[in-house]
Amino acid sequence: MAEHKILVVEDSSIMRQLLVMALRRISGVTVLEASDGLEALKTIANEDLSLVFSDVNMPGMDGLKLVRMIRSDKRACEIPIVMVTTEGAKEDRDRALALGATAYITKPVQGAEVVDTACRLLELSAGIPWN
Amino acid sequence: MTEKEKQSKVTQRAEDFLQVFKKGAEFTQQLLRENERLRFQLVQLEEQGRLASCAEQAMREVESLKSQVADLEREKQEILQRIDRVEAENIDFANRYVEIEAENSSLANLYIATYQLHSTLDFRDVLKIISEIIINLIGGEEFAIFLLDENSGTLQAMAGEGIDLRHFPVYSLGEGIAGGVARSGESFFAEVLDAAPSDIDAPLACIPLKIKDRVIGVLAVYKLFVQKPRFGDIDYELFTLLAGHAATAIFASKLYSESERKLTTIQGFLDLLTK
Repeated sequence: MAEHKILVVEDSSIMRQLLVMALRRISGVTVLEASDGLEALKTIANEDLSLVFSDVNMPGMDGLKLVRMIRSDKRACEIPIVMVTTEGAKEDRDRALALGATAYITKPVQGAEVVDTACRLLELSAGIPWN
Repeated sequence: MTEKEKQSKVTQRAEDFLQVFKKGAEFTQQLLRENERLRFQLVQLEEQGRLASCAEQAMREVESLKSQVADLEREKQEILQRIDRVEAENIDFANRYVEIEAENSSLANLYIATYQLHSTLDFRDVLKIISEIIINLIGGEEFAIFLLDENSGTLQAMAGEGIDLRHFPVYSLGEGIAGGVARSGESFFAEVLDAAPSDIDAPLACIPLKIKDRVIGVLAVYKLFVQKPRFGDIDYELFTLLAGHAATAIFASKLYSESERKLTTIQGFLDLLTK
């Protein structure tokens, strides 16, 4: 099975751990972590990524700027990006989608939703025959 | 007897013979016809016998086929019953999968909350982690963490989200819901979680932060995210976890800060004496 690399960009260690734990349940997936947009860009430059999960509000470079940077990078512009937002931050979410984010999930995040979203975007079976 | 009479007698006898011969010939003809008729009848009977035998065989085959149909019908019914059983099992497995998935998610959340709460001894970091747990795992939009000042017996808001901390009054023990929870040590949950604007005197949930029976503060949640209409089972588990683990994490970090401060003071004093 082809190895997929997923990058989780999240400044909150709790959210980051939650996303990483959920994504590690998908077989054939390696999960990388970054705590802000700048660190994420370094990882994107060095790794061949299949998917990015990113928070919107982060110190340094926020999620919206990160989406813009990824979409303007010829090498990485095709990577699907999932934004992790709060329902109240609808404007941020709409801006992220307008900038080129592929999908979004809202907090509080459920592990199953993270796995489903990742599998859908990576076109993987979640291994659940009745789904 | 004259020659003429002799001749006449011979002629008579020849005619008699001819008559007998004719009769014999006629009889033979009749016998041949009868034989032909009997042979025809025999053929017919043989044909009837063959047909009867075929019909009998056909009937046997029909009976055999009927028996096979009955067997197949029984088999079909058994297969349908097995399909029903398998489908029921499938639904049961799917339901169990969903339950296990929910349980897994709950355990992951509890593990993360516990792991993070005890990952630092810095007081501000502990408060930040408690806030993140409430935001990211419970879905709280507006909340506050009150700590009990044991000297004055009052509750003061030390951290929070969504509401300016300066808006919170200092509660005495027993005063309001927060003060009542701090005094009783029992959690409070509002009966109705409506979408009305939050009221700092009417939290949706108020949890005592306890080390055994000693209350060191309370956690009050005033508003949940709009996509979170009510508390789920995992939220109550997290509140229970926070009641104990957040309290010990806060207490340990405060003790650590104090001991660090005292250590620095003592070290400074010793340095002063020895230099």
